[in-house]
Amino acid sequence: MKDTIRESLTQRSKSAKLETRGKIISLSFTAVIVILVISIIGFVAAKGSLIFIKDGVNPFDFLTHTTWKPNTLDANGHPIIGAAPMIVGSFVVTLFAAIIATPFAIAAAVYMTEISSKWGKKILQPVIELLVGIPSVVYGFIGLTVVVPFVKDVAGGSGLGVLSGAFVLFVMILPTITSMTVDALKAVPRNYREASLALGATRWQTTSKVVLRAATPGILTAIIFGMSRAFGEALAVQMVIGNAMLMPTSLVSPSSTLTSVLTMNMGNSVQGSTSNNALWSLALILLLMSLIFNTVTRAIAKRGEF
Amino acid sequence: MADKYILELDSNKHEIAMETKNVQVFYGEKEALEKTSMQFERYKITSLIGSSGSGKSTFLRSLNRMNDNVPGASVKGEIIYRGLDINKNDIDIYETRKHIGMVFQRPNPFSKSIYENITFALKRHGMKDKNELDEIVETTLKQASLWEQVKDDLNKSALALSGGQQQRLCIARAIAMKPDVLLMDEPASALDPISTANIEETMLNLKDNYTIIIVTHNMQQASRVSDYTAFFNMGKAVEFDETRKIFTRPKIQLTEDYVSGHFG
Amino acid sequence: MFNAKVKDKIATGIIYTLSGIIVIILASLLLYILGSGLRYVNWDFLTSTSSDFSKGSGVGVQLFNSFYLLVISMLISIPISVSSGIYLSEYAGKSKIVNVIRISIEVLSSLPSIVVGLFGFLVFVIYFHMGFSILSGALTLTVFNLPILTRSVEDSLKAVPGSQREAGLSLGLSKWETVIHVIIPSALPGIITGMVLGAGRIFGEAAALIYTAGQSAPPLEFSNFNIFSPTNPLNLMRPAETLAVHIWKVNSEGLVANADQVSAGSSAILIIAVLIFNLLARYIGNKVYKKITGGE
Repeated sequence: MKDTIRESLTQRSKSAKLETRGKIISLSFTAVIVILVISIIGFVAAKGSLIFIKDGVNPFDFLTHTTWKPNTLDANGHPIIGAAPMIVGSFVVTLFAAIIATPFAIAAAVYMTEISSKWGKKILQPVIELLVGIPSVVYGFIGLTVVVPFVKDVAGGSGLGVLSGAFVLFVMILPTITSMTVDALKAVPRNYREASLALGATRWQTTSKVVLRAATPGILTAIIFGMSRAFGEALAVQMVIGNAMLMPTSLVSPSSTLTSVLTMNMGNSVQGSTSNNALWSLALILLLMSLIFNTVTRAIAKRGEF
Repeated sequence: MADKYILELDSNKHEIAMETKNVQVFYGEKEALEKTSMQFERYKITSLIGSSGSGKSTFLRSLNRMNDNVPGASVKGEIIYRGLDINKNDIDIYETRKHIGMVFQRPNPFSKSIYENITFALKRHGMKDKNELDEIVETTLKQASLWEQVKDDLNKSALALSGGQQQRLCIARAIAMKPDVLLMDEPASALDPISTANIEETMLNLKDNYTIIIVTHNMQQASRVSDYTAFFNMGKAVEFDETRKIFTRPKIQLTEDYVSGHFG
Repeated sequence: MFNAKVKDKIATGIIYTLSGIIVIILASLLLYILGSGLRYVNWDFLTSTSSDFSKGSGVGVQLFNSFYLLVISMLISIPISVSSGIYLSEYAGKSKIVNVIRISIEVLSSLPSIVVGLFGFLVFVIYFHMGFSILSGALTLTVFNLPILTRSVEDSLKAVPGSQREAGLSLGLSKWETVIHVIIPSALPGIITGMVLGAGRIFGEAAALIYTAGQSAPPLEFSNFNIFSPTNPLNLMRPAETLAVHIWKVNSEGLVANADQVSAGSSAILIIAVLIFNLLARYIGNKVYKKITGGE
């Protein structure tokens, strides 16, 4: 008698075929993402380095000089392209935003995890989630109609400048830093707290000396992540910073960031022209900074695992 | 076979459903199971006993190639089923698992209805006839002693059943595939005593049509239900014999210590 | 010297104050936007077209464009992200290549949206000659959206217990069949929550769109059935300024007479949309929780 079961065991079943097909499909779509990332980096790097390769701009001058006149040539016949004002502008708004946001974020996270998890869940959690969801143009619009006039009244000038930019960014990155800090605090094992409280420490002593210390790598990651968002944010900043390609001389002098210059000017320049190439090099800096932020957070995460 | 404490069945007197020859399991570099050779008689229940980490579950999971899905696991040696070594690469593992079914330690019904839990895989394997499916649902649920309790609720979610009922549903689901061999990995360990008794009764009912291999922690269970018992210790099959011999006159002191509850 | 208890009281007070300020900021944000914007939102505003120089312009076209772009980009990104989510959760395991994939996804998710927008501009608009169009915009939004959706799919699939996979495999089904017919249905609420949140995010996105979907919103004729006509709403090749881009544009170019009203009204609409997306995601999320914990 023929053993059909025995025979079926040595043939490829429908399931085996489906499995192979599924694996191939899912892997190819995943490959699409990887190819996208590689081509983004490749395209931006290629376009962004043209100004140095083709137009002969010295990268050091590019980073340190303060004059942006792509259509004027210097003594050596190279276009005058100094990106220092935008670079400084980006770093200043980012740092200020992070410095203001950090204490708020830590306070809110401590409130949510250490003091009142019930109220934290009921009120702060949804508040934070909603803040994340508000589109950046809305922040920009409010910055323009509320923050800028306020800064103008208090600090003088037109109100447009890094201070307004930093304040808008502060609100924008606050929820990101807060929710990541909450995760970091939640990851601290409960017995750390219990041990400390059992030794007679107050809640604040426990929080500051045990919990926050143990969660430091996580909190640092959160702050850097927030800074990375602030550094790359375009429209909200562009709307309130004043868009003058000048070195910021005060917190309320109109200035610019890498993103604001790109947003304002990319549409007005002809592809392939010197001024267009110069803009792409700003995009390259943005990309590199994003990669650096990414690497740093990964390095911290690797070192600080529980 | 080399090991004199491992019973060798006379294949003229006993029909062998499955057999392993020098099956060895590694997790990465670590040897989780030493070479094990064992025969499983058709329409009998074989128990694999031993303490946690003794290798019994590892062994059981090799029999239907479930270890293929454990990252880093590799199984060496031969697993003979219907004259074929099913541990070879050219064997279709999906087809294999249809004929060598499995019930797990924790009940794992799909989050589908009771009816669909049983029919889902059958439909995927190409069975379309509604009457046939209905009939299988009824017979398997009866065999698993669950029919009377659920016959009016077949469209209810399986997750609404109690733990013991879920496990019997999983047994029904496994036998709906009409397997030759049914592997059970501590099927009653997560259940209360009454559910355990029900499962044991179910196993005895199934014995007429299925070859059952069961891993259990519970020595009373092994002695109550099984015809053969293998004792595993530290990743090695120490002794294999008829159940009554293992429980009354084991050849090895270690086995005697274990079955009489001195360790484990 | 401060006594520890006094310090504790002071620290607690500061924490309460800072947390309170956050709540106040959000509350005033919402009140301001809704308070200043909602009064401009009426049927006319929602349906009439914007005419840059005259008063009383509406955002009907922009609103339609926002939704249409959202739908098209979700149609492209859902199959890709679900497939890669399946790959990462079910097949990937641990290897160098998988590590490269994971790092790529992480890098993609942290790229500034303006950089993604410029990439879209360079590749879709210029090299592939798609011009400023719905298609360019949707593809760019897809790039922007993929990492987040993929991760949410992966997480939702991983949250389904491994015993469900074993059950499928032990019945002779392939991993793929088990994932498609057992794991995905169980993970569906989580996947949908992720999709809705992602949709909310791209609904308000502007930086990635100004150089891809464009900054102009030609009037649409909803009675035009010629799909290649620039006034056909469904034409994929027409430029399509969205609501978010519109807010940016009227504020930075100042060509519209009632820029403040238009921005306020549009912001209010965006915020309401975000609230709806958020509530929807939360509602679905709660359903998952009930499904996983409570049987029926």
